[in-house]
Amino acid sequence: MKSRVVEPWLLAPVDRFVRECGARLTLIMTPSGQVLAQHGFTRAVEVMSAAALGAGIAASTGEIVRMLDEPDFRVLNHQSARHGIFLGRFASSRGPLLALVVYGADTSIGLVQLFFEDLVADLEAAAPVVAPRGPVLAADFERDLNESLATLFR
Amino acid sequence: MKPERLHPALDRITRVRGVRGAMVVSAEDGLVVADALMEGIRGNAVAALAGSLAARLARAGAAAAAGEQRFVHLAADGGALLLLPGADGLLVVAVTDQHVNVGLARLEMQRAAEDIA
Repeated sequence: MKSRVVEPWLLAPVDRFVRECGARLTLIMTPSGQVLAQHGFTRAVEVMSAAALGAGIAASTGEIVRMLDEPDFRVLNHQSARHGIFLGRFASSRGPLLALVVYGADTSIGLVQLFFEDLVADLEAAAPVVAPRGPVLAADFERDLNESLATLFR
Repeated sequence: MKPERLHPALDRITRVRGVRGAMVVSAEDGLVVADALMEGIRGNAVAALAGSLAARLARAGAAAAAGEQRFVHLAADGGALLLLPGADGLLVVAVTDQHVNVGLARLEMQRAAEDIA
């Protein structure tokens, strides 16, 4: 299964991450849930749901972290019988981003964490320099969201 | 598992000449439980990859009807990685240089596995 990305520079780091850590599903998105890259999803509605839930979890966990006067939320891992869910927040030249990773019993949280560190470094190295953007308007956000989904499932 | 015995057990392994570091790793998760490593060894990377390696080699051993995994010795140009499965899903790991006495290191790893069980 191929990775799908909104911008080409994301493809190599995401492909490498998926190949090396054996993730089944991967989403790279902004903290507001705008998807930049995905691997393993077959339907747009699944991507939208996972992105919304991941962004919500990151936001609520981040609030708890703030209440405790701790540094920013970084990673969260949920281990269930057959799958693990890893949610990591990282800084990038495009601002803060989230990675939501679902992995199976054929890999481990240790491997996911290890290659997540590499993914962050790879994304930082691959990101093109961009001019600062203006404020995001609701109409722009909806247009960007639709364009992203169209690209991810073209 | 006896947590209070982890570090003394690891210290004994690292006293073997040529051992650059020793760890106890959660085999299923690939996470570090305890470590005693020289500077420059990425403990979390070794733990994750050692856990994965042990799991895959155990499957290879089972496919070859070789029975339960007892010891893994990965020899490389610059040293070796030694893995010894212990109780409670733990893995005793040693990182060594190329001059290590593998037999002695294995003996100390076996003792460590028994001590922390």
